[in-house]
Amino acid sequence: MTETTSTAGAPDEVVTNAYVRIVDLPGGAGKAALITLDNGRDHTRPSTFGLGGLTSFATAMDQVEAAAAAGEIVAVAVTGKPFVFAVGADLSGIPHLADMAQARQLGELGHATFRRLGELPVPSFAFVNGAAMGGGLEVALHCTYRTVSTGAGLLALPEVALGLIPGWGGAYLVPNLIGAEKAIKVIVENPLNQNRMLKPGEALSLGLADVSFEPADFLVQSLRWASSVISGATVVSRPEVDKGAAYDAALDAGRAFVDAKLHGSAPAAYRALDLIAAARTSTRDEGFAAEDTALAELVMSDEMRASGIYSFDLVQRRAKRPVGVPDKKLARPVTKVGVVGAGLMASQLALLFVQRLEVPVVLTDLDQARVDKGVDYVRGEIDKLHAKHRLNNDKANRLKALVTGSITKDAFADADVVIEAVFEDLKVKQQVFAEVEAVVSDTCVLLTNTSSLSVTAMAENLRHPERAVGFHFFNPVALMPLLEIARAEKTDDASLATAFALGKSLKKSCVLVKDAPAFVVNRLLTRFLGEVMAAYDEGTPFDVVNSALDPLGLPMQPYVLVQMVGPAVAFHTGETLHQAFPDRFGISENQRRMVEAGKTTLLTWDGSTPRIADDVLELFTVGDSPSTAEQVRQRALDAVADEARRMLDEGVVAEPQDLDLCLLLGAGWPFHLGGITPYLDRTGTSERVTGKRFLAPGVASVS
Amino acid sequence: MSPTRAVRDVVLVDAVRTPFGKAGPKGIYAETRADDLVVAVFRELLRRNPTLPAERIDEVAVAATTQIGDQGLTLGRTAGILAGFPQSVPGFSVDRMCAGALTAVTNLSSGIGVGAYDVVVAGGVEHMGRHPMGEAMDPNPRLIAEKLVDPEALFMGKTAENLHDRFPHLTKARADEYSLRSQEKTAKAYADNLIQPDLVPVATRGAVTGWGLATVDEPPRPETTLEGLESLKTPFRPHGRVTAGNAAGLNDGATGAILAAESVATELGLTAKARLVSFAFAGVAPEVMGVGPVPSTEKALAKAGLTIDDIGLFEVNEAFAVQVLAFLDHFGIADDDARVNQYGGAIAVGHPLASSGIRLMAYLARGFETRPDVRYGLTTMCIGLGMGGTVIWENPNYDGKGE
Repeated sequence: MTETTSTAGAPDEVVTNAYVRIVDLPGGAGKAALITLDNGRDHTRPSTFGLGGLTSFATAMDQVEAAAAAGEIVAVAVTGKPFVFAVGADLSGIPHLADMAQARQLGELGHATFRRLGELPVPSFAFVNGAAMGGGLEVALHCTYRTVSTGAGLLALPEVALGLIPGWGGAYLVPNLIGAEKAIKVIVENPLNQNRMLKPGEALSLGLADVSFEPADFLVQSLRWASSVISGATVVSRPEVDKGAAYDAALDAGRAFVDAKLHGSAPAAYRALDLIAAARTSTRDEGFAAEDTALAELVMSDEMRASGIYSFDLVQRRAKRPVGVPDKKLARPVTKVGVVGAGLMASQLALLFVQRLEVPVVLTDLDQARVDKGVDYVRGEIDKLHAKHRLNNDKANRLKALVTGSITKDAFADADVVIEAVFEDLKVKQQVFAEVEAVVSDTCVLLTNTSSLSVTAMAENLRHPERAVGFHFFNPVALMPLLEIARAEKTDDASLATAFALGKSLKKSCVLVKDAPAFVVNRLLTRFLGEVMAAYDEGTPFDVVNSALDPLGLPMQPYVLVQMVGPAVAFHTGETLHQAFPDRFGISENQRRMVEAGKTTLLTWDGSTPRIADDVLELFTVGDSPSTAEQVRQRALDAVADEARRMLDEGVVAEPQDLDLCLLLGAGWPFHLGGITPYLDRTGTSERVTGKRFLAPGVASVS
Repeated sequence: MSPTRAVRDVVLVDAVRTPFGKAGPKGIYAETRADDLVVAVFRELLRRNPTLPAERIDEVAVAATTQIGDQGLTLGRTAGILAGFPQSVPGFSVDRMCAGALTAVTNLSSGIGVGAYDVVVAGGVEHMGRHPMGEAMDPNPRLIAEKLVDPEALFMGKTAENLHDRFPHLTKARADEYSLRSQEKTAKAYADNLIQPDLVPVATRGAVTGWGLATVDEPPRPETTLEGLESLKTPFRPHGRVTAGNAAGLNDGATGAILAAESVATELGLTAKARLVSFAFAGVAPEVMGVGPVPSTEKALAKAGLTIDDIGLFEVNEAFAVQVLAFLDHFGIADDDARVNQYGGAIAVGHPLASSGIRLMAYLARGFETRPDVRYGLTTMCIGLGMGGTVIWENPNYDGKGE
C-alpha cells in the first residue's frame, strides 16, 4: 500500500449505517446479532456503500465478532431497510479516484470489510428483504446462508454493464456457489442482455438464495428459519459445483457469447470471464486479490468511465429530465388523440397511445378497408396482451372500446393532439395538416412522426403553425425508448410543453432537437453508414465492409441495420440529407437502383453469415479501389465526428450529451462508447477531425 | 316453509397475541404500525392451523378503540388483505373500547350460532403510543350539562379512585398486594413456559437502531416489591389509592382468534380449546366503570343457568387492581383465590385497550388444557363509559371428574 491518500470518498455521501441489535432467535436456538443496513432515506434513495458505509459496517463487524468470540451469539444476520437490502458501491466517488493505487483501495476495502461475514466462528445469514445489486448482493454472498423475499425487486450483479466486474467477492463466490454456467449467466450474460435482472424465484432456483419467504412477515420467518438451521432441524444442502468439463464448456460458451456481442470492444466482460475461470482453483485470498486488480484496472479505464459513469448517468437522469424544455405547467391535458394513417407505423402509435394514456384514439385513412385494418391490428394486439395476462379482461375491454376508426377527419374535432404517420412526402403531409386544421381547435397540437422532412415546411401553410411539433419515434415503437421532439420555427412553448408531457406519459425518453433534417439519430447514422456503403461501392469486399465496425461492439452490422430499417426508408432518408448537405451525404447509385427495382430484401444468410442477395447483386456495380477494414472504420468515425460537431454548431441539440443519449436510446449504441462522443474523444478522432474534444477530460474518461 | 333454525355450538379454535409493549417513543413498538401487528397475528393463526383453508373464513372482525390512521381503514378488511387472505374474505371493524376484541368474538360467535358463519377470525389491537386514550375525542357538551355522565367518568384512573370510595374495605394495601401477585404469577408463568407458546414474534423497526425482534412482553416487572408499590405516587387524586403499580399501563399490542362452529371445526380437523356457553354485556354508572363485570357476569350466569360456584377458572382483566377486587368481593371470592388470573394479568403484561379480551381467552384456554377437571371458565372485563362484558366458556377437555 502506497502513501497515497485514502480512498477519496464523495463529499456528500449518503452514508449507509450498519446498526447492530441482539435478538433472541425464535425457537430458543440462542441469540443472534441482527445488522440492519439503513441510509436513513426512504426507498427512493436506496442504500449504497461509500467510505462512510464501509466504515460503519466494519465497526458493526468488530462488535459482532467480539460477541461471537465471547459465545454471546450463535449467529449473525444482515438485512436492509424496507424494500431495499443494498444496491452496491457508491459510484459517485469514482471520478475522484486519481490513480491505480486509489482505485485498488475501492476493491480492497470492500473485500476486507465484507469477507468477515464469511469468516466468523458462527454462521452468518443474509435476509435479502429487497433490492440487492452489485456490491449489495455481494454482501449477501459473503454470508453462509441467504433468504430472499418473494417481493424483492432488482436482484442482479450488473457491474459488467457498467464496465466493471463484481469486485467485492462476487466473481469468486458465485461460481464456487452455483457453478460456472450459472455464474456466467448472472455476471456476464444478463448485464449484456439489456442489463436483465433476476426475480426472487430465479435467484432461488439458481441457488443464489437458499429459501424464500413472503414479504408480510419476511424477517420473522427468516429468523425462524435461521433458528432451525442453527439447531440442525433444517439442513441446507446445495448441489456440488462441477469443476470438471462442464466448467470449461461454460467458459467456452461464455466467451463465444461475449465475442458475438462485443467483438472485443470493451474489456469488462472478458475480465469477468477470466476471473470466473480462475475461481475454479484459486483460494479466497487469491480470488479476492484478482478482483482487486481487475476492478482497479477497469475503474481506471476510459470504457468504464464512458459506461458506468457517463452513459449510466445519461440514461438514468438526463433521459428523465430533458434539457431546455418549457415549464411543464404550460402543457395542456390530452384527453383524446387523433392518428392520421392506419398503416403499421400509425397502428403501432395508436396502440401505444391507448395503452399508456387510456383515452379515445381515432385512426383515419384513405378508405374503410385501411381504417378497419388499422383498428383491427390495435385491437388484436390488445387481445394478445390480454392472453399473456398483461391486461385483465376489464382493462382489455376498456382499451379496445377506446380505439375507433373513421374515413373522415371530423372525428378529430375534439382531439387535443393529432399525429400524422402518412407517406413520407412533403406535399402529402402539408395536405394532411391542412385537412386536420380545418376540423380541430386552434390549440390542438399537430404532431408529425416524420423522420427527415422539415416540420417548419409542413406547417408553413397552416393558420396556426405554432402548434406543429415534430414527434419522432423509433422502430419498434413499443420497445425503443427514444422520442426526438423537434421545435419548428414557429412552435410555441405551450405546444412544445404539451408534446414533452405527452412523451413522458408515453414513458419515452424525450430529447429536444431543432427542426433540422433527420434530427439526430438518422442524420448521424446515415452519415456514418454512408461512408461504409461508399467503401463498398468503391470496391471493398462485402464481408470486409460489413465487419469493419465490429470492433466498436455496435448492436448490428451496418448492412443488417439497413435491412432492418428497410432499404427504401434508408435510401429516402439519405436522399433528404443529400439535398440538405450534398457535399457530405452522397447518394449510392447501387442503393438507388435497388430501391427503384422494388427490391425489399437486401441480404441473404448462409447460416449466420450475411451476404448480398443474388438478385440485388445483379443490380450492383462496384469500383476497384478497396479499403481495409481499419480504413473503413476510421473513415466512418471521422465522418460522424465531423457531423456531430456541425450539429452542435448548428444547435440541433444543446450539448454532446444529447447526441450521445440519442444514440444510446435511439440506435442502441453501447455504453462503452458513451453513445459516441466519448469514444471519439478518447481515440483522438475529435481533436484530429474537428480541432477539439466534445467533452471535457474526466467527464466520460479517466482524464 | 323455512327450515327450522338450530343454534349451533361455537368453539374457540385458537388464540394468539403479539408480545405487548410499552406505549411511547422508547417502547418496542414505537416505530411499528398497528395494522402490521394485526397482520403478524393473522398469519400466525393460519400457520398454526394449516388444515384451515383461508377461503373458508367467512368474516374477519378487528377491534380498535381509535379507528384512524394505522388503526383505521376498516381494519378487519385491510388487515385481511395485507395478511394475504383471499379477496373473497370480507371484514369489518368493531369498537367497544377495552372490550373491543371481546365484542368482536361475541359478535362473530353469534353469527356462527345462527348459521351465518362457519369459521371466523376475530382480533383486537391498540397502539396507545400512536393513539392515546381520548385521541380525537369530542364529547357532546350535553353529557356534562345535563349531568348524563359524571365528569370523572372520562378519566379511567378517577373511576378507580371512585371504586375505592364506594368500597372502603377495598384498601390500597389490598390493591398493592393483588398487584404484586399479578407480577409474581406472570413471572412464574414465563418460567414455566406457559405464556410463550401463544406469542407471535414481531419484527420491530428502528430507523436509527435497526430491526429488532419482540419475543416477550415488555411491561412485566418481576422485581416488584410491596415496598416499591407502596411508595408510588397517586396521579389521579392527591393522597389517593390508585398508582401506576396497581393499574395496567399504557400499551401496544394485538391479539387474534379463530372461532368456528363446532361441527365445522371437527370437519376441518381444527382443535376446540373452549366452547362458548353464554355472554352478556351490561351498563353501569360510568364514573364507577370498574364494577361493570358484576352485572354482566350475573347476566351471563343467568343465561347459562349457572352460578358463580360453577366457575372453575376466572380471567378478569386487570385495568385496576381495585376493580378486580370489587368483582371478587361481590361474589365472595378471596383476593388470592387460585382460580383467578392464575398466570397473572394486565397489571403485569399490559392492556392494549381493544386487544385484551382475546388475551383473557388465550389464558383461559391454557388453563382449560392443564385442568381437565375444570368444566366452566369465565372471561370478564370492565369497559370505559361504564360497562362490563362477560363470556362463559366450557372446557372441551373436561373429564367429568370435577363435580
